[in-house]
Amino acid sequence: MQIKGRVALITGSASGMGRGTAEVMAQHGVKIVINDVDQSKVDEVVKGIKEAGGEAMGVVADITNKAEVEAMFKQVVDTYGRIDILVNNAGIFRDKAFLKMTEEDWDKVLDVDLKGVFLCSQEAVKYMREQAHGRIINISSRAWLGGPGQANYSAAKAGVVALTRTLALELGRRGITVNCIPPGLIETPLWYALTDAVRERLRKAQPMGRIGSPRDIARAVMFFASDEAGYINGQTMYVCGGKSLFANIS
Amino acid sequence: MSVQNRIALVTGSGSGSGLGETIAMMLSQNGARVVVNDLEQAKVDKVVEKIKSAGGEAMGVAADISKKDQVQGLVQQIVKQYEAIDILVNNASIARDNDLLKITEEDWDIVLNVNLKGPFLLSQAVVPYMKELKFGRIINIASRDYLGWPTQANYASSKGGLVSLSRTLALELAKHQITVNCIAPGLIKTPLYDALPEDIKENLMQLQPSRDIGKPEDIGYGVLFFADDEADYLTGQTIFICGGKSVLSSLSV
Repeated sequence: MQIKGRVALITGSASGMGRGTAEVMAQHGVKIVINDVDQSKVDEVVKGIKEAGGEAMGVVADITNKAEVEAMFKQVVDTYGRIDILVNNAGIFRDKAFLKMTEEDWDKVLDVDLKGVFLCSQEAVKYMREQAHGRIINISSRAWLGGPGQANYSAAKAGVVALTRTLALELGRRGITVNCIPPGLIETPLWYALTDAVRERLRKAQPMGRIGSPRDIARAVMFFASDEAGYINGQTMYVCGGKSLFANIS
Repeated sequence: MSVQNRIALVTGSGSGSGLGETIAMMLSQNGARVVVNDLEQAKVDKVVEKIKSAGGEAMGVAADISKKDQVQGLVQQIVKQYEAIDILVNNASIARDNDLLKITEEDWDIVLNVNLKGPFLLSQAVVPYMKELKFGRIINIASRDYLGWPTQANYASSKGGLVSLSRTLALELAKHQITVNCIAPGLIKTPLYDALPEDIKENLMQLQPSRDIGKPEDIGYGVLFFADDEADYLTGQTIFICGGKSVLSSLSV
């Protein structure tokens, strides 16, 4: 797999899947840009990658803020001279029953999970177009197929799938591919925050009888991000141990 | 990515087959022991020779995968030689394109038998061995045309069936550490494509979002991804390798 030396920005990479993806990609020689909203957490991940012999820089930026996004990409290109790979990973949720969901719950989730993807992609594409090379990988969620209590989150993640497909068609001729990964259940801090009973119930509903790890997501991200994947565009690939098959439009 | 020392059967991988031959070569280059299968012994021998002269390990078995006894014979030969089958790539495929009213019953039967019944028979024959070793990777090569395409009532149906078979087997076999995934190639530069008239090639190219045509290696890359030892949480998926063309068809998620 040819990916060494490429420059990748991963949003929301100070923890969980984003962090796992960053660390695995760094091991494969990718120059990593860690982005998140907490400076000390960003610094910690950058430090870890460097200590393991990788190359990384950190940028604190709120991806829902256009000016901060512009400044972030400028900083990346000033440092590394290019941006090859954008992994739109940052995501939040505010699960609530539909009638209890406030307008603020809606706006906040749609801003981070969908508008942030739009803003980061727009900025990245400005540079990728000039390079005639780019790989955008959007982390959606299996929940885009619908999930109770997730009116805001599932709508945002469905928007990410549609945005992926549209950008794939628009950018295909420019050497830029856009693909999407909806993860199923993955071992992250969020997973461990659930109660034992809930975790057991969720695990039993998995076709494989187990859940995935951030490493599984990292593998799929690298698959789409590598040089060899130039003919793969507009695709949505679930990394979910087969659970998506129970939902009818997956 | 690792398929080191894995035993991989690639159907329809004889010489001149385009996709199958490339898939076999790429698996071999990544360390797998490859079983080359096709209808004609001479075409099989050629690819086996090619793999061996490049330093790889391979055996060849000529067999018609639409015949149950031949499939059983094929799998028995592999197990006798290697004592296992780790990776099955159901690649063998034929087309008999025609308008609905001109498709004969024979056109229907042969396409369905090779493209769909073959993968069924092969999966049934290899899964007992995979179950025993608690490891298996089945990769089915469908086609973007399963979404529907004029003159392909037989071909599109067979490929649609293959997608559905992949999903069903993925669910049935998930607990046995056997994954089943599907690749739907779009326009790929194969001997079949090269044989098309220039004006048709030009038309097809204009429909491509990438204004580009894929190479057999693009499909081989997808096969390696799903065949990888580490791809153990990926199952039941269908990925189009088509330069984005599938996105223009509404259902291709």
